[in-house]
Amino acid sequence: MDEIKTTPRPTMKRIKEYLEQGKRFDGRKLDEYRNLVIEKDVSKKAEGSVRVKLGKTEVIVGVKAGVGEPYPDSPDKGNMMVTAELLPLSSPRFELGPPKFPSIELARVVDRGIRESKVIDFEKLVIEKGEKVWTIFIDIYSINDDGNLLDAAGIGALAALRIAKLPKYDKKEEKILYGEFDKDISLAKTNPIAITIHKIGDSLIVDPSREEEDTSEARLTIGISDGIISSMQKGDSTPLEEEDIFEAIKIADNVWKGLFKKLDSFVKK
Amino acid sequence: MTKEYKRADGRKNNEIRKVKAEVGVIPNADGSAMFQTGDTIAIAAVYGPKKMHPQHSQDPEKGTLRCTYNMNSFSVSDRIKPGPSRRSTEISKIMEWALEPVLMLEGFPNNVVDVYVNIIQADAGTRCAGINAAAMALAHAGIPMRDIVSSISIGKLDKTIVVDLNKEEEDFEEGEGSTDIPISMTGSGKITHLQLDGKINVQELKQAVDAARKACKEIYEVQKKALKDFVEEK
Repeated sequence: MDEIKTTPRPTMKRIKEYLEQGKRFDGRKLDEYRNLVIEKDVSKKAEGSVRVKLGKTEVIVGVKAGVGEPYPDSPDKGNMMVTAELLPLSSPRFELGPPKFPSIELARVVDRGIRESKVIDFEKLVIEKGEKVWTIFIDIYSINDDGNLLDAAGIGALAALRIAKLPKYDKKEEKILYGEFDKDISLAKTNPIAITIHKIGDSLIVDPSREEEDTSEARLTIGISDGIISSMQKGDSTPLEEEDIFEAIKIADNVWKGLFKKLDSFVKK
Repeated sequence: MTKEYKRADGRKNNEIRKVKAEVGVIPNADGSAMFQTGDTIAIAAVYGPKKMHPQHSQDPEKGTLRCTYNMNSFSVSDRIKPGPSRRSTEISKIMEWALEPVLMLEGFPNNVVDVYVNIIQADAGTRCAGINAAAMALAHAGIPMRDIVSSISIGKLDKTIVVDLNKEEEDFEEGEGSTDIPISMTGSGKITHLQLDGKINVQELKQAVDAARKACKEIYEVQKKALKDFVEEK
């Protein structure tokens, strides 16, 4: 019962041959996402938490608020921190031990998608200027990896932020009153979602399955909101043509519209 | 005469919280399960048996059980730093000791069975919920087992023995305070895990073990039903 760590070569070859004819194993179109399901309140102890399912891929994301000192170079701003744990529980590929590159990259790409879009108003997170500010922790846990954890995590981070409430803070006692909620985290109207486009052969696809992700030659993650790009990251060492990049942006923009609709109806529910 | 402790959530002293169990929650795993008691939720995934790495850890006589307990940072009010801690390392080992006696690992020399437990929401009794989920996940993975393990936390609040403490009860401070006694038992009633923190006399401990026996039986039925339901659904 020794598990297979990567997709076998013949399968990867077949995936490429299929894509040459514009087909995918599961019958999806190249720019078609799997069914996205978002559930809220996975943990009552979080200020906001969601479970995101993309087909069989599943992550849970929680937002916690803590109080600390601001960074010396930004005394009038709160902080944000994103961490990701790729749990060995979620895939035979993930091992125990200190965070390795994939979980670090995932957290950093999600972090930049949120931070650079300015969706969080960090100035509203100040309790006492230069002394005390809120830190927003966004923690991501993989539950089942069937490809595209990156996008699932980004969607989860934004969804959890949207439904999160800041707890009350007792200035005298210097204590956070968890469970007693004060207000929403102040968020801009923008809805940055990081969408990853993969290149296999001459095809560009979205939302890869595990096997497709293994076959991928290059990827481009695009943090986009209503046509405005706020973060990008190219992954893997195959070069991309300039046309590929602009084609990928076009695809991402289209995919964003569908995802935003789902996210928006989730938040309003 | 001390007055009887009255439970804030209205439960009787020998009453466990509302439990929910489900098998097959993680498609990638060889076996998986969720166990919820009140507001405590644990999920468990089993991978294996598979060749043990590193090689020097291999046991040529029998397979090895390896448990890993991990709490989500946002499963508690004060965020905990992600990753392993002294506490999680100890609980992982406790889980191995609790579960190993029912496993028949003789047929898997040099192999390891990995059990990963993740706490999604915590309201006391997480190690017990973790053991309950892990036992179901092991059965779901088809690991040969002699029996199932069921686990419960018994408490003594001042002088009253109560079953399945929640966090509020665990933090009780009046009188003799709170004594927390997590116990795990096989279906046939053998004790595979016992811990105790607090203050208790022999007679009260006897009472606690009796209460655990009864509660574990209830949990055993819930685990069995979840496994059966899963097989019938298939």
